[in-house]
Formats: sequence, structure tokens, C-alpha cells
Amino acid sequence: MIRTSPQGGGVVFVTFLMALMLTAFPVPSWAEIWRPAWVALVLVYWCMALPHRIGVGTAWLLGIVLDVLSGTLLGQHAFALSIVAFITLKLYQRIRVLPVWQQGVSVFALILLYQLCLLWVEGTVGRPVSPWGYWSCPLASTLLWPSVFVLLRGARRRYRVA
Amino acid sequence: MRLLLFVIVSVVLMTLDQRGQQLEPVRNLVATVLYPLQYAVNVPVAAGNWAGENLASRKALLEENGQLRQKQLVLESRLGRLNELEAENRRLRALLGSSDKVSDRVLIAELLAVDMDPFSRQIMLNQGSRDGVFIGQSLVDADGILGQVTRVGPFSSTAMLITDPSHALPIQVSRSGLRAIAVGAGSVNLLELSHIPNNADVQVGDALVTSGLGRRFPPGYPVGKIRSIERDNGQPFAKVLVEPSAHLERNREVLLVWPASERHVDDALPSLSSPNTAKSGRKADG
Repeated sequence: MIRTSPQGGGVVFVTFLMALMLTAFPVPSWAEIWRPAWVALVLVYWCMALPHRIGVGTAWLLGIVLDVLSGTLLGQHAFALSIVAFITLKLYQRIRVLPVWQQGVSVFALILLYQLCLLWVEGTVGRPVSPWGYWSCPLASTLLWPSVFVLLRGARRRYRVA
Repeated sequence: MRLLLFVIVSVVLMTLDQRGQQLEPVRNLVATVLYPLQYAVNVPVAAGNWAGENLASRKALLEENGQLRQKQLVLESRLGRLNELEAENRRLRALLGSSDKVSDRVLIAELLAVDMDPFSRQIMLNQGSRDGVFIGQSLVDADGILGQVTRVGPFSSTAMLITDPSHALPIQVSRSGLRAIAVGAGSVNLLELSHIPNNADVQVGDALVTSGLGRRFPPGYPVGKIRSIERDNGQPFAKVLVEPSAHLERNREVLLVWPASERHVDDALPSLSSPNTAKSGRKADG
């Protein structure tokens, strides 16, 4: 069902804003590597729900904002998020018909890829990365996917975002 | 293909950002737009602290007041001694013909409770170029060197801690005068001294201070204590781990230091080559 006028852009914007705030929210240092990739999760949801509106361009812009927010190289998150958005757009018709827990498996693969892109850049500029760094973030993100999915679906239906 | 385009742009951006400073205006622009968001994230934490301070019981406050009074008394007596020593130091330096060390100007900055990339050690401060903060400025707390400012926005700035793996700090062992470079080990509270020969004069527990070489950090600020030394004859250098004396993970307020003057930094160099330093320097080379 394609509507003539896209609506609910504000809702998408607010959810991304909340994801950015959660990314910057302070946690104890041991919990830092267990922080879910909030922005990537929300991006994956909107790519599946609104593939005609949210795509690689949005992902790239978000990535630049995320780079500035987290003080990484400009382009690092932009690069990783663009790739995640691209793959989600290729596969959204398969993923979005699955039950939530099976979506979780796909999300795990997507966030792992996202994390690999980030850590690949970290490694290229010569920063040591702990082995847990590879797995903790995708695991935490997968565990949180069902709740993120339900919340965002609720928001999408409530505000009729299309 | 759009993905290819975005990936290429990203890689170009990363390369530019890694190599030079051309992208700082872009970063500053985005950072200024993002400042309200970071401020909003900081609000609940700040509110919690505020509530904690305001809801403290009268008894606890009185107790703390008493403790602070005692501490102030002790510190004042030490300050009196220090003033005397400073005056003496100035006299001796005048005799030696080198300019005196004026105490550095400082500004208190508060940390914004904002988490950044977990793989690098960075913190965000609530003072920016509006307050005169500049890139490369040193950051200290009551117990020692914390790091240096790496990026400055109008209202906030980013600083790299000395434990960041890409940070190197020129230091001096205060007991022997041996100079070395302390590199961040990337973990929360650890530094590593690089290129220390196996026979160098270092001991566990030695205190380290900044040497002022490199003209980035003011000389004489405490850095940390040597925690462990591994000497392996098969390896060219000893593995020396240092525990920073500054509370890198626990601070809310930090001090930004302005060097006393440019002239003073130049004068700090000859003053380092005291006989003691030269001797152990040779020992380290051999």
C-alpha cells in the first residue's frame, strides 16, 4: 500500500534521536562494550518497515552524526551503517515476514557485520580491540531486538507512519 | 550504484580525518548542532547529583564540613611551606640565571556525562573555544595528569585521556631522572613505558612526573607510579606498566591548564639537563 503523501517523518526522526541519546547515555565502563548498537537497530527496523523512504542515504547521514557524537573517525559509522542499510534493503521482503525471534538471527548477522566494519577501521588505524568487542555488542543488540521491534511497530501503527 | 558512492565517500572522509585537520569545520558544525542532545543526556545525571547534594542530611553535611576544615588546615600549613620553597626555588633559579617558574593559570571544567566510542579513551568537557580552551591543552586533576584536549567546539571540547592507545606522554622518573615515553595501554587504568632497556634504573613504586619535553604538557605534574617491571633477557626492552595517579574514571571536575608563558616552556628544557638527569640518561643509553 503506497500512499501518495509520506507521513510521520517526525516519528522516524524522534526515534533516531532517542537512539542517539541512548548511545551517548553514560554507563559504567565495564558495561560500555555491552551497549547495543541502538542506532543500527532502529535503522534496520525503519529500513524494513519503510524501504521506499529510509535507505542508504539516511544511514550515511546518521553515521556522520554518530561519528561526531562518539568522537570516532569521520565516516567510520557512516560506512558501517550504509552497508547495513544496503543489505537490509536487499533482504527486507524475506526478513519482515519472519517471526520476531527469527528476525533476531538476521539482526545478529547484520549487527555483527556492522561491528566488523567498525572494528576493521579501528584495526586499520592501529587501535587494539579486545576479543569481546566483536561479540558483546551483536549479542546485546539481538537480545534487545524483540523489544525494539515491538516498540517501534507500536509507534508506527499508532502514528500511521507510511 | 548508491552504496558504492557512499562507501567511497566514507573512505575518503576517514582518510582525510586520519591525515589532517581539513574536516574540523564539518565536525564542529555537526557538534554544535548535537550539543543540545548531549546536554539533554547529561541532564538526568546532573539532576541526580544535584538531588544527592541537596538531600544530604544535616549531620552528614556537618561531618563533611568538619573533615574539610581539618583537611584545609593541613593543606594550609603545607601551602605555607610550599610558598617558602617556591620563594627559595626562585632565588636559586635567579642565581643560576634561569627564569622562574610562574604558577600556571587554570580553569575548572566539568565532564559532560556522555559516553563516547568504547575503544578509545575520550571524555567531553563543558568548556569550549568560548572559554579560551585550545587544542593540545593539558588536563589535570588534583592527583595528576589526565590527558589533553583534542577537539574544541564553541561550547564543549573533547579530550583524550593518557590511557588512550594512541596517546604518548613524555615523562621522567623523579627518583633517577630517567626520561621515557608513557603510552596508553588501552585498558581503563594502565600506561606502558616504551623502549626502557633491561638495565635501566627503574624500580616498582617509582613516581613519574611529566618532563615537559615535547612542549605539550607543563613539566613537573605527577603522572603515576610504576606498578610492575618484567625484565626478560630475550627481549630488547623491559615491559614497564604504570598506574596513573589521576582518577581517570572517577572525576566530575577537571582542571584545564594554561602554560605560564611561551618563554617559560623554552626555559624548562635546559633546567632538565641537571647532572642527575644526564647521568642516568647515559645509563639508559648504554
